[in-house]
Amino acid sequence: MKKKKQAQKIVFKSEKDFPLMPMSIGSMLFNKTGVWRNIRPVIDLDNCIQCGICWKFCPDVSIYVENEWPVVDYDYCKGCGICAEECPTKCIAMVEEEK
Amino acid sequence: MNKEKKMKLSLPEEEFMNSGHLACQGCGATLAMRYFLKALGQKVALCIPACCWSVIDGPFPYSSLDVPIFHCAFETAAVSASGVKAGLEMVGDTETTVVAWAGDGGTFDIGIQALSGVAERNDDIIYVCYDNEAYMNTGIQRSSATPYGAWTTTTPVKHFKERPKKDMEAIMAAHRIPYIATASIGYPEDLFRKAKKAKEIKGTRFLHIYAPCPTGWKSRPEDTIKLARMVVQNATFPIYEIEWGEKYILNIKLKEKKPIGDYLKIQGRFRHLTEKEIALMQEEVDRKWERLLSLVNSK
Amino acid sequence: MKKVIMGNHALSYGAMLGRAQVIAAYPITPQTQVVELLSEMCADKTLDAKFIKVESEHSAMAACLGASLAGARTFTATSSQGLALMHELLHWASGGRLPVVMGNINRAMAPGWSIWSDQNDSLSQRDTGWIQFYCCSNQEVLDTVIQAFKVSEKLLIPSMVILDAFTLSHTYEVVYIPEQEKVDEYLPPFKPPVKITPDEPHAFGGLTSPEHYFELRYKLQKEMEKAPALIEETGREYEKMFGRYLGLVDEYCCDDADIILITSGTMGSTARVAAEQLRQDGIKAGNLRIKAFRPFPFETVRNIVKGAEKIAVVDRNISYGHHGMFYEEVKSALYGHNDSLPIFGFIAGLGGRDITPSTFKEITNFALKKKKPEEEITWIGVKR
Repeated sequence: MKKKKQAQKIVFKSEKDFPLMPMSIGSMLFNKTGVWRNIRPVIDLDNCIQCGICWKFCPDVSIYVENEWPVVDYDYCKGCGICAEECPTKCIAMVEEEK
Repeated sequence: MNKEKKMKLSLPEEEFMNSGHLACQGCGATLAMRYFLKALGQKVALCIPACCWSVIDGPFPYSSLDVPIFHCAFETAAVSASGVKAGLEMVGDTETTVVAWAGDGGTFDIGIQALSGVAERNDDIIYVCYDNEAYMNTGIQRSSATPYGAWTTTTPVKHFKERPKKDMEAIMAAHRIPYIATASIGYPEDLFRKAKKAKEIKGTRFLHIYAPCPTGWKSRPEDTIKLARMVVQNATFPIYEIEWGEKYILNIKLKEKKPIGDYLKIQGRFRHLTEKEIALMQEEVDRKWERLLSLVNSK
Repeated sequence: MKKVIMGNHALSYGAMLGRAQVIAAYPITPQTQVVELLSEMCADKTLDAKFIKVESEHSAMAACLGASLAGARTFTATSSQGLALMHELLHWASGGRLPVVMGNINRAMAPGWSIWSDQNDSLSQRDTGWIQFYCCSNQEVLDTVIQAFKVSEKLLIPSMVILDAFTLSHTYEVVYIPEQEKVDEYLPPFKPPVKITPDEPHAFGGLTSPEHYFELRYKLQKEMEKAPALIEETGREYEKMFGRYLGLVDEYCCDDADIILITSGTMGSTARVAAEQLRQDGIKAGNLRIKAFRPFPFETVRNIVKGAEKIAVVDRNISYGHHGMFYEEVKSALYGHNDSLPIFGFIAGLGGRDITPSTFKEITNFALKKKKPEEEITWIGVKR
């Protein structure tokens, strides 16, 4: 189920637009943390056994399940490498980002 | 590729934590939150004192969680949660679970008074301490949860921490609260089960979650889960529950304790330790493990 | 209904009639009776509220903040050291726009330990963004707590109702206890515009950068600026319903006064007696008792003193390295508006030293002898 949530950056034009106390009115999803990456995970689905471990251990909720297969959301993946490290069949490779 | 095979997820798929948050790569604290919220669901109110999660959640005017948060003062996580719970009940909401979500500094040190007060009154909240073993948000200073031997900016190598980690479970057990449990993000299903169990109990519930921090521990980000497993397998952080401060239940039994050396080796914060110091640490781990076993087995 | 009650109990009755829903408090002399009576009221259900018996004042305020954020009406009470301990969270209440109402018994700050009356504890908190009411009778205390809930909840700014240690907290006076139904008419249930609830999740009080903090604080000040008018409006409403006006100040014979004593708290009622006596001696004295110190009633004070020849501000407090705090603020109110009016500043009664009508006579005679003040602080009663 791919998350369809979207979010915008919020800009206030005047003090009248502010809430009366510091409280959130939007989602951090506007912040595409994928730009933090130096290396990216690439899943080799041929060797994937659909165990769900990569999905489970992603700290950034950047692996989602689509049609029973894991998919990396490169908008947010920070390239930590946990998925590759934990994959039981070692079918995830951490590949250098092209600059 | 077998097209009929289903993906077998060991936890519910629904997420209450979103991407885009500000945690470091490989952060253990985020996984603690992710699993905890999967178990508790959306009807939760979090009280988060100053800690990594104050920043991870994102700045005003954003949040990365789908549950409400009260960013409260550092010392007050436990009692802020009590206040929120009392307030919610008075305005007619008896369903929402109120959770204090604090780091080790805000639990073991500055927050311990409020926590003790809440536990003594048995206020109806879940208190979760995610433990990365130092004041990480302010740049890696030692807390009383920092283990013996660890480097931090205030326990530099020439004067590393010589006092042991505070035994928070013993302190909470002395308060005779209904439920205490340790958990590790290396065992998400166990954490999930405990969070679900805690949800159904009334009174003060205390969860202590081990959450590795690559930035503060000088470990590789990809090793976070490995560390969270090793710490359990070598009995440094045993996984158990305590009911009413008296009944000890060991959840993850160890047929054979792994030696602590391998665990220490992959963390830069322990790099300076000598053989002698490691031997001392091993002795301490062994002693505490034996003590725990005797508590588990006592009638 | 008429009852003879102590000042502390007037606070309790105010909180009870105001239908406080969550009370979190920690005992401290001389506040203990406030919470003891509230505890009883909660136990026998005279008041339907949760009473959290916290383990410190810091936790008391923290619990009140949490409960207020959840949408409940909250009340607490403390004094001196306890108030000081809450300091960090006082800022949280105002910045968080949480209308907590607190009773504070003015008690001198340690060291050495003192349980007697002195205003430094509450005045030290004047910058925290709380509305401050200084009361001089138990009736006023009870009435003001009810008014405070109304004003605070309208503006979403917390307020404190302040009374002197022992001279008011433990003094028994006749108090008219209003009927609950009429109070309910005056004070409807608390309906915050936002609150902590999973139904509409927000993160309250998160990291706020220089890009945003400024406007949020601007908004708080703008609301505070509406407070004087709102206090007068709700005070007149209270008068209509209960027969007693609750304003920003309380003035006695200031219209034709040559010298006006500016006072606060219980010494404000002592000064009234002194003014009466001085008039009998042929001195046209008047008394201006400032009740609302925050927001400071600039306009009101300026108007009342404009006809006087001299004013004598009496402070039961001192800002070390500066002057008495009421004196400072009165001076700043008059600067640029009435620069020729001599303002005499007196420090009296610190640590509970008694202030009597003779004290005010001494002050008045001192001021009358001089054309203008030779010093900013004149200490009254110090053994030299």
